[in-house]
Amino acid sequence: MTTADGRKIRTIIVDDEDLARQVLREFLSAHPEIDIVAECANGFEAVKAATELKPDLVFLDIQMPKLDGFEVLELLGSGMAVIFVTAYDTFAIRAFEVHAVDYLLKPIGAPRFEAALERAKERLSGKLPSTPLPAMDLAAAARPPLQYLDRIPVRDGASVSIIPVSKLDYAEAQDDYVALASQGKKHLKQQTISSLEAALDPSRFLRIHRSYIVNLERVARIEPYGKDSFVAVLNTGAQIPVSRAGHARLRAFLDR
Amino acid sequence: MHPILAQLRRLLFYLLGWIPLAGMLAYLLAVPGGLTWIEATAVAFPLCLLYAFVCLAAWYPCLATPLERSSVPRFLFTHGVGAVVASALWLFAARTLGRMLAGFEGFAGLDSRLSGDLPLLFGTGVLLYLLAVGFHYVLLAVEASRQAEARLLQASLLARDAELRALKAQVNPHFLFNSLNSISALTASDPAKAREMCVLLGDFLRRTLGLGEKPAIPLEEEISLIHAFLAVEKIRYGDRLKMEETIDREALSAEVPPLLLQPLVENAVAHGIANLVGGGWIRLAAGRHDGLLDIAIENQFDPEAPPRRRSGVGLANVRQRLEARYGNHASFSASATGDRFRVAISLPADTTAAQASAPQDSKERVS
Repeated sequence: MTTADGRKIRTIIVDDEDLARQVLREFLSAHPEIDIVAECANGFEAVKAATELKPDLVFLDIQMPKLDGFEVLELLGSGMAVIFVTAYDTFAIRAFEVHAVDYLLKPIGAPRFEAALERAKERLSGKLPSTPLPAMDLAAAARPPLQYLDRIPVRDGASVSIIPVSKLDYAEAQDDYVALASQGKKHLKQQTISSLEAALDPSRFLRIHRSYIVNLERVARIEPYGKDSFVAVLNTGAQIPVSRAGHARLRAFLDR
Repeated sequence: MHPILAQLRRLLFYLLGWIPLAGMLAYLLAVPGGLTWIEATAVAFPLCLLYAFVCLAAWYPCLATPLERSSVPRFLFTHGVGAVVASALWLFAARTLGRMLAGFEGFAGLDSRLSGDLPLLFGTGVLLYLLAVGFHYVLLAVEASRQAEARLLQASLLARDAELRALKAQVNPHFLFNSLNSISALTASDPAKAREMCVLLGDFLRRTLGLGEKPAIPLEEEISLIHAFLAVEKIRYGDRLKMEETIDREALSAEVPPLLLQPLVENAVAHGIANLVGGGWIRLAAGRHDGLLDIAIENQFDPEAPPRRRSGVGLANVRQRLEARYGNHASFSASATGDRFRVAISLPADTTAAQASAPQDSKERVS
């Protein structure tokens, strides 16, 4: 069995431990329809390889240097089948929320591995309904529950940057994307501004406009702008529109 | 609430204690006082019953004048005034009682005869009150020691709790899962290495098992446990894991709580080395200065690494164990500067305690 169009299943193995990759390689070697196109030892490599090689299937470790498995998945989107491989059972619920095909626990047994691979093939051949998560919702699903983001990974082509939220000046909605302004640069990320707002600590970030979230530490002053409207002037010099409701919220916060 | 009034049983015992005192008062009133025995008894017992309650009031001045924190003049003044007031009250009661009884047949003229005994009664009243003061101080001391005992028990329970939590967390299950996965990989590619890893893992686990019961082990033993742990991790991480040690010879014999350092080294691997693509070092240093054992564990880490769960739990546990066991005599600090994380511990360098309780330790020490 191969993918729907009959070619081999292009597979990437991502794990920072050589021996852990070795187990997967060994199990996969019994399947001639699998073509291992890359092995990666950290999150950055994984994003680069997956962007360039467009794999069908990714075996993804969760705790790795640079980017964790969820951050990798968030950056890659749900265009491929993902099987998480980890020693931790605590991430299982989140794994299925991001529509992973399966969740393998280390040490991995052959029967369990075969079952996961079978599921992946069914998903790829279209037998198993794949309900790809819109990329915009993926970021929200991949977020650790009950805690606010302290960094935002963004991808530009095959390269990845990490924006610590303390370095984020403001975020601006642009259709299906948000533009994240940080250290004089703007990074585009496929996410809705509402899901970003929900992921940020409300004591540090405020939605001051339908299309804008601002880092409260950056607000230098608020100036009237025309009749009935305002702009927030950041200490970077940037000017951001403030809606009437946003102005009330901002005032309430600054007066506190 | 007054401790004697708080329980009926205590109050009964207290009043029983007053019966001999009433008997003595009756004797005083009859023999030197010149009353008849019946008169003396009829006066002494109601008066003592009344005074028993008056003397309970001594509790409050005693509470307000703690023995160890009050000046002598204040102490004398408080209780002197108390004794005079209580005794004066008592005299008034005695005269009233004498007058009331004088109306009965056989007690005629009691009031005038009793007034001759008033100085005697006053003196007795002062003495009895001061006796009550002494009694209440004893009560307070008993109460205080009981509270201290309860606090001590509480503290030792907390310490025990911290120890148990530390021991339960001693072997991180994920370390086991990952190690088993590595062994599983090696069985196909390098069976000899797989066997070696099984032996190393077994060695480490066996060492941790026996340690729970010991109150303390020599640092040397803890370090050899760390070596057993790192030998397993070394197979998983390969060249990424580098360990450097600077340990003074005289530090090796100092006693440490078992498994105090191993969780810190495990942290250094899981939160430091595991997040570094090219790996990094862990440095362990130990030395003895002025009766203290100083230990530092330092490791490289990636300040921009993805956040991990559980971080901080191991550190908090070590800090609590030290606090529970040594109080102010031990210190713990954890700090991150740049790409280095450092934990520094200082604790009393005791070489005798555990050697006395577990002399067989020295024989078990093999590294």
